[in-house]
Amino acid sequence: MANVTLRNVRKTYPGGFEAIKGVNVDVGDGQFCVLVGPSGCGKSTLLRMVAGLETITGGEIDIGGKIVNQVEPADRDIAMVFQNYALYPHMSVYNNMAYGLRNRGMAEAEITTRVEEAARVLELAPMLERKPRQLSGGQRQRVAMGRAIVRQPKVFLFDEPLSNLDAKLRIAMRVEIRKLQRRLNVTSIYVTHDQLEAMTLADILVVMNGGQVEQIGNPLDIYQRPATTFVASFIGAPPMNLMPLRSDELKSQIAGVDGAGIVGIRPEDFAISNETVAGGVALGLTIEAIEHVGAETFVYGTRQREEQGVAANPGDLPPGEVIVRVPGISRPVIGERIRAVAPRDKLHLFTADGRTRLGQ
Amino acid sequence: MVEQEGFRRYVAHVILWIGIAIVAFPVYIAIVASTQDNALIANGQMSLLPGGHFFEVYYQTIFIGTSGSTREPVGNMMLNSMIMALMIAVGKIAISIISAYAIVYFRFPFRMPIFWIIFITLMLPVEVRIYPTYKIVADLHMLDSYAGLALPLIASATATLLFRQFFMTVPDELLEASRIDGAGPLRFFWDTLLPLSRTNMAALFVILFILGWNQYLWPLLITTRDDMQTIQIGIRKMITTTDALTEWPVVMATAVLAMLPPVFVVVAMQKLFVRGLVETEK
Repeated sequence: MANVTLRNVRKTYPGGFEAIKGVNVDVGDGQFCVLVGPSGCGKSTLLRMVAGLETITGGEIDIGGKIVNQVEPADRDIAMVFQNYALYPHMSVYNNMAYGLRNRGMAEAEITTRVEEAARVLELAPMLERKPRQLSGGQRQRVAMGRAIVRQPKVFLFDEPLSNLDAKLRIAMRVEIRKLQRRLNVTSIYVTHDQLEAMTLADILVVMNGGQVEQIGNPLDIYQRPATTFVASFIGAPPMNLMPLRSDELKSQIAGVDGAGIVGIRPEDFAISNETVAGGVALGLTIEAIEHVGAETFVYGTRQREEQGVAANPGDLPPGEVIVRVPGISRPVIGERIRAVAPRDKLHLFTADGRTRLGQ
Repeated sequence: MVEQEGFRRYVAHVILWIGIAIVAFPVYIAIVASTQDNALIANGQMSLLPGGHFFEVYYQTIFIGTSGSTREPVGNMMLNSMIMALMIAVGKIAISIISAYAIVYFRFPFRMPIFWIIFITLMLPVEVRIYPTYKIVADLHMLDSYAGLALPLIASATATLLFRQFFMTVPDELLEASRIDGAGPLRFFWDTLLPLSRTNMAALFVILFILGWNQYLWPLLITTRDDMQTIQIGIRKMITTTDALTEWPVVMATAVLAMLPPVFVVVAMQKLFVRGLVETEK
């Protein structure tokens, strides 16, 4: 039971490369925090700093009210699940789970109780005597989870634990991790590059880019009100459509703002319609590609100069690709011309550099 | 391989059998010669079939030695060779696995220079550094001792490099998981790295044991007492006799006996040896 607080945490490598540029995150007791971002954004480094596997070159990491900057990983009361599981190949499943407890000098009877309880929860009981190489990927994943659970730590750390599993198993394990975390009520930090995993697991979502935090918050809030164009395009699949706005167009949306901007519209916020929406956006599109997902269909269209408009102004936006979601029952055809409209309250407005959200 | 039909397969087998015969014939001759009467061999009338002196020749060889001046039982020589070869093999593995562990897993001053110094010693075999080595061993009063026979040959760049390469393939996450599990450097070495190196150690043991067993030049220099002779030196001394007939049955029996321990080691450890060379158990 512990809060994890990162205060202005920095990591500069000896070569001068700044991997983490001052991160502040506060994870409450029992909360599930997900760090998400593209590869190279520093999310794994940050997690490893919490684990104590990377040194901290600036700021403080606080676990359960204790600053752990100089504390050895074993003494931080954390447990970590690695991407490739890092099971000891020469030890049985039982010993893999028991190893950390033995090193702490726990009585063998207590170890047996804990391992058997974890094996029961994770349905590993019949394979306690097997070696890791005799297990399937999903089972290895469970052993890695079991090794973390038996420790009964203050904090669970997950470093992309599902990325080595196939798609179906990944979804099943994702649900299981969430259920397990709820039941054990242990503070958790989870790193992933998969925005869907991030959305479904997180209590607190931390979107990172280039060693910095782009946005922290509840996943749905982030989805509905992305703070930057990076977050807007990273969270959500397919990504939000981003188009440049002229200064007069931006002004018609929000009074008193100078300069050009960017408008973002999620594919699902479009409707195929011939109506004009006051203050909204209407785009004339030629369909270039179609993705049938089943319940819905994504249409990739190219904007046509003459038929588009923002705020009912026919504009002169450069042609570009726009993704529109339509219901699965509609049957668009490649080459067909459609008109997609989005109402004013579905527009996300940003400054031209994409760093600041404008308006509501 | 594609199965070949009748005739071509027959030809292939004949060629293979000829090859085997060429390799095996000298060994056969040695075994046969070791069971015959010396006078017969000296006359050049040696039969190609085993003679009837097997037990007496081997008894004499193992427990008494030749009848000449340097009579030293071969049993004793084998013991010397065995002790030296085991010390070299075990010592080399122990030293090199520890130094490889230091070089791969620890950051200490002059780590890379030390690594390169070890690497460079690859180019300095015993023959090249024999005089300084001899001087050191002599000054330490280790002539005519097992320590003198084995110690100078224990440092091994090859084995260190081999273990280094193996350690570098062990995923870093294993070390990190160990750290989180509360295992210090010694525990990680003992509980994780050593068990993982098992097959590599077995493969090295086979190679190093044979290397140690076949040492000739160094034991020749370092031992003067007959009771410290190794079997390889013994054979040589038996052949060059000054004014008596070379006792060929005894020489051949000694050669056969000298062959047995390496053969035994290879056969016994073959499975592990092959696994150590081809398999990476991770």
